[in-house]
Amino acid sequence: MIKLDAKIPSGPIQDKWTNHKFNMKLVNPANKRKYDIIVVGTGLAGASAAASLGELGYNVKVFTFHDSARRAHSIAAQGGINAAKNYRNDGDSVYRLFYDTVKGGDFRAREANVYRLAEVSDNIIDQCVAQGVPFAREYGGLLDNRSFGGALVSRTFYAKGQTGQQLLLGAYSAMNRQVANGTVKLYARREMLDLVVVDGVAKGIVCRNLLTGEIEKYSGHAVILATGGYSNVFFLSTNAMNCNTTAIWRAHKRGAAFANPCYTQIHPTCLPVHGEGQSKLPLMSESLRNDGRIWVSKNKNDMRAPNDIPEEERDYYLERKYPTYGNLSPRDISSRAAKEAFDDRRGVQGKEAVYLDFRDAIKRLGENVIRERYGNLFEMYGTITGENPYKTPMLIYPAPHYTMGGLWVDYNLMSTIPGLFIAGEANFSDHGANRLGASALMQGLADGYFVLPYTIGNYLAGDKPTLVKTDHEEFNKIKKGIEDQTSKLLSIKGKRTVDDIHKELGRYMWNKVGMARNEKGLKEVIGEIKELRNEFWKNVNVVGNSNDVNQCLERAGRLADYLELGELLAVDSLHRNESCGGHFRVEYQTEEGEALRNDDEFTYVAAWEFKEVGKWELNKEPLEFENVHLATRSYK
Amino acid sequence: MAEKKLNLTLKIWRQAGPNFVGNFAEYKLAVSPDSSILEMLDDLNNDLENKNLEPVAFESDCREGICGTCGLVINGQPHGPIPKIATCQLHMRHFNDGDTIWIEPFRAKAFPIIKDLMVDRSAFDRIQETGGFISVNTGSVPDGNAIPISKDIASEAMDSATCIGCGACVAACKNASAMLFVSAKVSQFALLPQGQPERYQRVQAMVKKMDELGFGSCSNTYACEAECPKGISVKNIARMNRDYFMAKVKTENVES
Ligand SMILES: Cc1cc2nc3c(=O)[nH]c(=O)nc-3n(C[C@H](O)[C@H](O)[C@H](O)COP(=O)(O)OP(=O)(O)OC[C@H]3O[C@@H](n4cnc5c(N)ncnc54)[C@H](O)[C@@H]3O)c2cc1C
Ligand code: SF4
Ligand code: FES
Repeated sequence: MIKLDAKIPSGPIQDKWTNHKFNMKLVNPANKRKYDIIVVGTGLAGASAAASLGELGYNVKVFTFHDSARRAHSIAAQGGINAAKNYRNDGDSVYRLFYDTVKGGDFRAREANVYRLAEVSDNIIDQCVAQGVPFAREYGGLLDNRSFGGALVSRTFYAKGQTGQQLLLGAYSAMNRQVANGTVKLYARREMLDLVVVDGVAKGIVCRNLLTGEIEKYSGHAVILATGGYSNVFFLSTNAMNCNTTAIWRAHKRGAAFANPCYTQIHPTCLPVHGEGQSKLPLMSESLRNDGRIWVSKNKNDMRAPNDIPEEERDYYLERKYPTYGNLSPRDISSRAAKEAFDDRRGVQGKEAVYLDFRDAIKRLGENVIRERYGNLFEMYGTITGENPYKTPMLIYPAPHYTMGGLWVDYNLMSTIPGLFIAGEANFSDHGANRLGASALMQGLADGYFVLPYTIGNYLAGDKPTLVKTDHEEFNKIKKGIEDQTSKLLSIKGKRTVDDIHKELGRYMWNKVGMARNEKGLKEVIGEIKELRNEFWKNVNVVGNSNDVNQCLERAGRLADYLELGELLAVDSLHRNESCGGHFRVEYQTEEGEALRNDDEFTYVAAWEFKEVGKWELNKEPLEFENVHLATRSYK
Repeated sequence: MAEKKLNLTLKIWRQAGPNFVGNFAEYKLAVSPDSSILEMLDDLNNDLENKNLEPVAFESDCREGICGTCGLVINGQPHGPIPKIATCQLHMRHFNDGDTIWIEPFRAKAFPIIKDLMVDRSAFDRIQETGGFISVNTGSVPDGNAIPISKDIASEAMDSATCIGCGACVAACKNASAMLFVSAKVSQFALLPQGQPERYQRVQAMVKKMDELGFGSCSNTYACEAECPKGISVKNIARMNRDYFMAKVKTENVES
């Protein structure tokens, strides 16, 4: 059993973070450079943490498997970032952003963390503007906003359809400035393959140099993992090709509890699958739902072209079922509604697809306004599909997109391993069972710019961790373990390629652990994943050798971890006998088909402790709702 | 969607490492017109792995044209024949049954080949580290709306900031100049009020680094703009040249 102490500061929710900051221990400025801090990942969370810690004077080492820090998956975020600025005067406030996020997360997030997130959201916008992030502006020269799903206020800041790119380049530039100052040292093309824990405390990492194949050891007084989410366990997702779970999974196997793995988000507006060769599913930003209307035919098996289906035979099902939020209903609800339409054989021409239609918006606002708002997204749709969305409606369908689950962290973002901190999508902390749009960018930057710089200092000043040299036996043992795994992978020489097995895993996950889960399917799939994992270790073919660039080996190592994580995802889904947010168990639904929570039994964070491959122990962190009262979500 | 497959001949650059001699290898393959060119390479690699042969090393990540990781010269053109897209966005429906397609890495002295189609573009990061930032620390900044910025200026800065750091401009240029890439960053900050305090220092530092790293000079042929997947305009180069000149006039300790 792990003791889960969330370390939530006492006092009223509005004062917790302020009081906590005041009570934290500080590191003497002259001593900061004596501390080595390892940051793995250069996405929004990692780059912002590295930059801020460097500015404070710590000695920071940053790692990424990419060739450049700017390539992190955050670069692909399109729609925007939330903040409670209330620049629109439409009734927004820190409290409302907090409230919307707790409710949007279906009451499965920790209130104190969410409040802090809302509280620092305003500072993020200020910070990014100061860095030169070219946010969209109004004619008067002030910052512009748009609306996103799950909110009735306009609080999303954006830079065309490239908000993630601009925010990441901002954090990247701040980090580069520290590289120039000598406080941050960048290690690109390094894949972290294990965490080094000495006497129960995180002391360093072991990486593979992706150019030379060498296994390298790095030590630090504290380790931060900001390595992103695990949606690629589904093989097809909106995530970048190289996103993986390896860093957090290996840390999990070294003792960090994994929280709520079953909370996965299926995004409602992605491109449908074109065929077997499909490698990823591009996202069409949710911002499109501001003006686009989602519909399918009212008739089953309707094979007509969209423009041949008359108005009265169209079912604008989100507007019909959720009149208040309509096309801006939260992601989990919108995705499930699309699946219902498909299951009812009303998908577009029998396919897993629904329409996203701009006809009415173009009529109302003119093509130019639509082009100005979404031009680059329409262009992207056009290049991929060869269709013109100004003339015919887009085809969309839900796809795995974001993982709310991740390593368990306390209020200070420290995992169950002292000295190991987790930031960004890699932790579980703020989104409960469902994340609202434009909140991931906010969380990544909150963690990196405004939370870790304080809590890391508190850890260093309070616990006074020492540095373990990289010739310590634990480092050597772990390095040897990685080398052995590499030799093993290269020696199997079986009959199936890595991608072939990954696609099979993805099919199992999508069919039985996707948008609708049930007990029978979950029990089956656990067996299927175990079997596939056995097959992988007997029958995979990893071509090439270990002392060179070997992308096949990189993919194999990542898949090995997905084959273990996939099982935990199913185990967690099976244990949670309720439906909430992104976790929908068909046995638990209301008469209208809405998610039915079981607050009496499941108002807790499920933090899984690794015992051996395929075996976990469940630890529970009870959740208390003192400010937002537990209620059934309604977007009607 | 079309069921019919395209039968293609691929001529792909294979090179075992930085110090090896490379050459074109030929492969035959049938591919769906709905696949992207990188999905075609995935297919090819899957076939090669099935035959116990080393897959072709190439890089990609987002496959949405935004991360800048992919970058191949296709039939002699960086990012292929369709304007304003990255390699990962090139779909096979733009080719015909029976075509031969030549696929090579980006070539430039400052971008050494690592393996097959993979090159080292870290020189771009080295340039950014010398001045591609505004010196503000986390915290202590004014409210986001404290400085109004006209919509036009903001969108012009955004157009420059949209560069994905892919390096196609360098690969397209006969001198392997990085002027388009560098000027895009310099312009973004030169346009915005936040960038003014370091404006002239920045341009000098970044240009100096660019020259040191072995990128060639600009001879105004504009091949860069034509191949840039984000349509970064050569106007940025003009703006940078102006600022560079002004920097010499303004700063006392002139470095050239
Ligand atoms: C297409 C798309 C659009 C999105 N749009 C939005 C949006 O509009 N608004 C919003 O709020 N959110 C959006 N999101 C979600 C958001 O982009 C991500 O959740 C967020 O960017 C994650 O940031 P991160 O810093 O946690 O991780 P990432 O950006 O994923 O970065 C992970 C980093 O870790 C490194 N890394 C990983 N594993 C290892 C390892 N083993 N060794 C070394 N390095 C490693 C990687 O190289 C990378 O640098 C979108 C997501 C997608 C997929
Ligand atoms: S200027 Fe264009 S071609 Fe050059 S790196 Fe930027 S996006 Fe690529
Ligand atoms: S893979 Fe990201 S731009 Fe092509």
